[in-house]
Amino acid sequence: MEQFSALLSSANLQWVLIGSLLLGFASGVIGSFVLLKKQSLISDAMAHAALPGVCIVYILFQTKTVPYLLTGAAVTSLIATQSIQTIVKWSRIKTDAAIGITLSVFFGLGIVLLTYIQQNATGNQAGLDSFIFGQAASLVKGDVQLIAAGALCLIILTALFFKEFKISIFDPQFAKGLGLPVTFFNAVLLFLVVAVVVIGIQMVGVVLIAALLITPPISARYWTDQLGWMTMLAGIFGAISGVSGAVLSTAIQNLPTGPIIVLSASVIFLFSLLFGTKKGLLLKGGRNA
Amino acid sequence: MSYTFWILLTGCLVGLTCGITGALLVLRKMAMIADAISHTVLLGIVGAFFVTQSLSGIPMLIGAGIVGILTAVFVEMLHSSGVQSDAAIGIVFTSLFALGVVLISFIGDQVHLDVQHALMGEIAFVPWNTLTINGVSYGPTAVWMLGAVLAVNLILITLFYKEIKMSTFDPQFATLIGVPVMIIHYLLMTMVSLSTVASFDSVGAILVVAMLIVPGATAYLLTDRFFVLLILSGVIGILSAALGYGFAIQWNVSIAGSMAVATGVFFIAAFLFGPKQGVVIKKIRGTTGKKTVQSST
Amino acid sequence: MNALTVSNMSVSYDKQLALENVSFSVPEGSMTGIIGPNGAGKSTLIKSILQLLPTVSGTVEVFKKPLRSQRKIIGYVPQRSEVDWDFPTNALDVVLMGRYNHIGMFKRASKKEVTWAKHCLQRVGMQDYASRQISQLSGGQQQRVFLARAMAQDAKIYFMDEPFAGVDASTEKAIIQLMKEWKNEGKTVLVVHHDLQTVNDYFDHVLLLNKTPIAYGETNRVFTLANLEEAYGGKIAFLQQGPKAAKGST
Ligand SMILES: Nc1ncnc2c1ncn2[C@@H]1O[C@H](COP(=O)(O)OP(=O)(O)OP(=O)(O)O)[C@@H](O)[C@H]1O
Ligand SMILES: [Mg+2]
Repeated sequence: MEQFSALLSSANLQWVLIGSLLLGFASGVIGSFVLLKKQSLISDAMAHAALPGVCIVYILFQTKTVPYLLTGAAVTSLIATQSIQTIVKWSRIKTDAAIGITLSVFFGLGIVLLTYIQQNATGNQAGLDSFIFGQAASLVKGDVQLIAAGALCLIILTALFFKEFKISIFDPQFAKGLGLPVTFFNAVLLFLVVAVVVIGIQMVGVVLIAALLITPPISARYWTDQLGWMTMLAGIFGAISGVSGAVLSTAIQNLPTGPIIVLSASVIFLFSLLFGTKKGLLLKGGRNA
Repeated sequence: MSYTFWILLTGCLVGLTCGITGALLVLRKMAMIADAISHTVLLGIVGAFFVTQSLSGIPMLIGAGIVGILTAVFVEMLHSSGVQSDAAIGIVFTSLFALGVVLISFIGDQVHLDVQHALMGEIAFVPWNTLTINGVSYGPTAVWMLGAVLAVNLILITLFYKEIKMSTFDPQFATLIGVPVMIIHYLLMTMVSLSTVASFDSVGAILVVAMLIVPGATAYLLTDRFFVLLILSGVIGILSAALGYGFAIQWNVSIAGSMAVATGVFFIAAFLFGPKQGVVIKKIRGTTGKKTVQSST
Repeated sequence: MNALTVSNMSVSYDKQLALENVSFSVPEGSMTGIIGPNGAGKSTLIKSILQLLPTVSGTVEVFKKPLRSQRKIIGYVPQRSEVDWDFPTNALDVVLMGRYNHIGMFKRASKKEVTWAKHCLQRVGMQDYASRQISQLSGGQQQRVFLARAMAQDAKIYFMDEPFAGVDASTEKAIIQLMKEWKNEGKTVLVVHHDLQTVNDYFDHVLLLNKTPIAYGETNRVFTLANLEEAYGGKIAFLQQGPKAAKGST
């Protein structure tokens, strides 16, 4: 226990806590809109597609400077989203298959590039692997500050555009009628999703970051019918998951951060599923009885 | 038999098995269930390890089969309780996969199973892990497992061909006319889980997803006939495995990864240059984008 | 003998009741038009009779037996088929699916079945499109293929949800001709229908529905202005000249 409190007081960990808290909050909030747009799995494809981006930047520029790597990640994520839309628009393939194709081929490419780097790179390339599952413990202060600052910006942006997102997602035609630039807000939302995925991958990893966008908003849905509360609650659930994941994985040896964060979110989900005041199972059972 | 031969054979069997089975999923708009199952199977494998304390074939198949079906059941349950189907898939598979990964990190030291392995497989080790009975070696275990699963899948598809086709095309009508739609659904989920676990050990989750979804989708662009689609999908799976292997050897990179990329290459080729559905031909004909109205819900 | 008996059926979506206390019996060999405004629950009625929707209460009997055991003798054409039109299959193949119960498990369709399916296509005027992929058919043609599939079933009792929506006049005639033949063969037909002008010509029985049955019985007794006004809630002023015959018969 003492060891634990010693851990908590270390400066680096404090930053990790702040970072995971803000990241969790941001992804819960942004995930709420993703859920309403029915794009939960698209965000999964975007996350997987970040891996080749990281590798390409490393191969081309021989740098491990995090902002550069993340820029690469953002670019391939966007290309993946675009591919999904192109496939659906230009062929008979349905959205779900288009997502699956994009996700697996981009991630496969990421793995190919990663092994290429391992075979051919001269310098120390360890660390790129941690983009797959995330590793909070290996984050340096600069990384965490980047995560925290980035997440904070995203939260503020979402708060600013809250009303506009709400209208343009719920009824795009109506929003257009009101004179809202719906296409623009869609683009902003897309940017927010890419941004949260990209800043989150160091901590949660590309394979599981989508869970942070999907699970908290659904859990929140079991407690409220109002978008405002739902976003808020999703943010709080995300934050709790982020913090508990970061703490547990730092305190216990060998535990990967991403999966623990995701499991925390899953536990909150299970709890909400059972006890939620809006659609919770127990409540339903009670009413039927 | 040479080392290369066994690896190629394994890859081709993965392509064939997953290609045929996955084509059905693509047609049923359940591609992402494939993605989900190929991740959660990890939990089944870890579970089987906890029960038997070893990583042998049969318990692994059973564990994976159980978790695969559970995945489908959970998704179905969440969906029918009002959660959007893709979000339901997202929650279920990330949770179970995360659980699998965390459990692995507890046992990781005792076995060769690790997270890297789960994602990429170890196809390079396949030839050494042979099935040995009474001291006689009968070739790689993976090949036997894949062969058995392929045979089971082919038999099931042949037996229930009409039922599968009808319940895929028009589930409502099929139910009405007395096709056991739910049984067919779970039969298919079992086939997917078995294919996944048989492939998983050698090629990992990514390639399984790629092989389940991409060849089927590619074939979907090339033919208007159900039977041809299944065959074509299997063939594309095999070709992808071969092409990917060649590339991986040439550049000394992940074999599973490049097989996945190879499925993508075939898909892009069909997407652009397909004789009926290709983008190029559509451009030439002057039809832009979709012609038929999608009954998307 | 009654071909269909529905007793006390109620159906709800979530908590909203869509049908309340529906009871009626349809005699064998009759042709019933199900009439009512949009949202009256006509499609819901058919779907719940066929157990495609869970019912809150009520029972359905087909030829005095529970529906479950009678699936083989029931044909259904939905209002809008929600299928993947890009599915790799052609018109003939779809019609053959109607022969499922005649072909049996584990077996392929025999020559005889194929001939029969082709005949059904011909009856709806689609013989030239047998090998067309279904997305390459027009909306009306797709509808006709699904009719042919129902015909191929060779059922004893048919449920059709607006089979004439989106088909041209000559096809409508051909279809009604087909249904009349069925009737003459002793088959029972229930059709959701919107065109009040043709009700008298097409149907010998009418079910007027708006959440609950307003009236059921022989057309000349049930298809009256008073009943229609009750079903449509006074919204039929513009239809005055429509059910003239009905008016006369009261
Ligand atoms: N899937 C559903 N979920 C919730 N409510 C539904 C659903 N389908 C229908 N309803 C409601 O049930 C009622 C009856 O609908 P139904 O489709 O049976 O009407 P209908 O008589 O067939 O109308 P139409 O003439 O337009 O075809 C309507 O009020 C409709 O809004
Ligand atoms: Mg209707």
